[in-house]
Amino acid sequence: MSKIEINNVYKIFGNNPLSVMPMVKNGANKEDVLEQTGHTVGLDNVSLKIEEGETFVCMGLSGSGKSTLIRHLNRLIDPTDGEIIVEGNNVMSFDKEQLIDFRRHKMSMVFQRFGLFPHKTVIQNVGYGLEMQGKPLEELNKIAMEKIEAVGLNGFENQFPNQLSGGMQQRVGLARALATDSDIMLMDEAFSALDPLIRSDMQKQLLDLQSELKKTIVFITHDLDESLRLGDHIGILNAGKLVQVGTPVDIIMNPADDYVKAFVKDVNRAKVIKAKIIMKNVNEANDIDKSNLIKVNEDQFIEEFLPQIVCSNSNCEVVDKSGNVKGYISNKELQTSLTKS
Amino acid sequence: MEALKKNKKIIFNIGLLVVFVWLLVTSYSQSKRKPDNIGELLNDFSWLGGKWPKWLDLPLMNWINVGFKTLNEKYGYIFEAINNVLLYMLMLVKNFLIQAPWPLVILGVVVLAYFASGRKVGTTVFVGFCTFFIGFLHPIFWQKAIETTAIMLIGIFLCVVAGIPLGIAMARSARTRNIILPVLDLMQTIPSFCYLIPGIMLFGLGAVPAIIATFIYAVPPLVRLTDLGIRLVDTEVIEAADAFGASKKQKLWGVQMPLALPNIMQGINQCTMMALAMVVIASMIGTRGLGDEVLLGLQQLNVGRAAEAGIAIVLLAIVLDRITQSYGETLQERTAPNTKKGK
Repeated sequence: MSKIEINNVYKIFGNNPLSVMPMVKNGANKEDVLEQTGHTVGLDNVSLKIEEGETFVCMGLSGSGKSTLIRHLNRLIDPTDGEIIVEGNNVMSFDKEQLIDFRRHKMSMVFQRFGLFPHKTVIQNVGYGLEMQGKPLEELNKIAMEKIEAVGLNGFENQFPNQLSGGMQQRVGLARALATDSDIMLMDEAFSALDPLIRSDMQKQLLDLQSELKKTIVFITHDLDESLRLGDHIGILNAGKLVQVGTPVDIIMNPADDYVKAFVKDVNRAKVIKAKIIMKNVNEANDIDKSNLIKVNEDQFIEEFLPQIVCSNSNCEVVDKSGNVKGYISNKELQTSLTKS
Repeated sequence: MEALKKNKKIIFNIGLLVVFVWLLVTSYSQSKRKPDNIGELLNDFSWLGGKWPKWLDLPLMNWINVGFKTLNEKYGYIFEAINNVLLYMLMLVKNFLIQAPWPLVILGVVVLAYFASGRKVGTTVFVGFCTFFIGFLHPIFWQKAIETTAIMLIGIFLCVVAGIPLGIAMARSARTRNIILPVLDLMQTIPSFCYLIPGIMLFGLGAVPAIIATFIYAVPPLVRLTDLGIRLVDTEVIEAADAFGASKKQKLWGVQMPLALPNIMQGINQCTMMALAMVVIASMIGTRGLGDEVLLGLQQLNVGRAAEAGIAIVLLAIVLDRITQSYGETLQERTAPNTKKGK
């Protein structure tokens, strides 16, 4: 069973969304619906599955419905049609109290513009989710301090958010989401408002934390490099429709349509593709000159061994961790894999 | 049911039309100047030209007079009860302030200003001097200023007790807002004498109608600013509260109210200033206080006395403004989301 399942979700914004549903279900596109009825299609028949412990990145340009989608998971927005299933429970069937309980224990969220409470100190902000859970103050402060330390903000716990820089504020947001110890973390363009250096820093911190905590993360971004770096799976949204779901390599090697192609056009492929993706198996590689070989690990990115290969004009032998030969990459293939689009 | 929902707007408009026709018919049938026979109107169309026809007259005046009379005769005890409660509260505040030695009152004001302004010495000293000068202008002003202040305090108390919950209700539901907004518009635009004089008939001369008038005049800005303040809280902050499972109550008291507080304090400040303006007008229905001195000065053509009393009112305004205003400011410094002012 998947951790999160979204089945045929539609979201239409406007005065009378239900009246437009038949039209949208018949496949009318976003522009026509807007022109004829004045309603905006937010999500158009989106279905996807997110597995436990993975980072699922949802990508798209602004207006593609990605922020709308993530808000469906904890019902900050209700869908017009469709079902959302988390751990086997239909979120749509929850009543008010169940929903509040669900939000307190199952999911936490990080926001694009941080969403910190300006009238609360850092430690009070981090402890907010715990306060909602009804934890006693002593325990609350203890857990909050642990999380503040985990994101590297020791010494700032009694400051107010407006006394911190953007990057530090988002660390508070991250610590607040971690504090509730929920299985699922929703991150809505969490790093988009930060400058590039701090962003990459935060990405690394998230990867480090994730390798320990193994939470299910749903991450929204419009930055392809970010999604390739963080995502186990990536879903690409365009005008409310999910156009492709796949691993980062899938997306780069086999873009589903022109929209995705345009997205991946400028990406640095050497940074994303691993040796094992482009290698030829041992029995297929008879034509490769084996006199001049350089050994590379199957999990290495092309970027890491590319300079060596180019300088020595040699071929690669791909090995796994214990040194067994898995396959070969010829110099020529290496070059084509970088230019193919 | 579905059809009813769809045609809600049409049904509403038809309803309005029915009410309009009913008004026309009743006003026509109650009019004393109507023609003997309705047929005359259809034969002779001269009533369409020139002056407004005399029979086309809504008898609102009669209705209100009758309603007011029954209100006064049948429910007089309610007004008397309100009168007694307010008078009791007023006396409590007034007697306390008048019996206290004047230097102690000044000291109290100074201490209040000091803590409200976030320990700003400049503001505190200024407020202290303003308070001193009220009595210094004319010895009798001290007691008059206290009378005025007492009326205002009770008026503002009523405003806060009624206005803030109303503002919260407005912020929570668009429907409530649509109902209350026109009422606030009415309260702000209707000339104050229109409710001052009926106030005398219901409550008698003196302080109580002044308190009621103060309330009507001063409560709208507080309601509006409370509503605005709550709705202006950053949507992402509200989403954050929701996402972590805050209940409606927790969200209101833990997030919305604290963040709306600078705006609410601004509302109380506005409320105070408008209440002070009303107190002067209320002197014309026999309310005692500083306004009474202005009126007296003008009646005796004693420009100096009127000016002195006017200045005393300004001083009182400054004192009250500084105290309420600066409290809002200290709050704002911390809660403003985008300014980067360290302490």
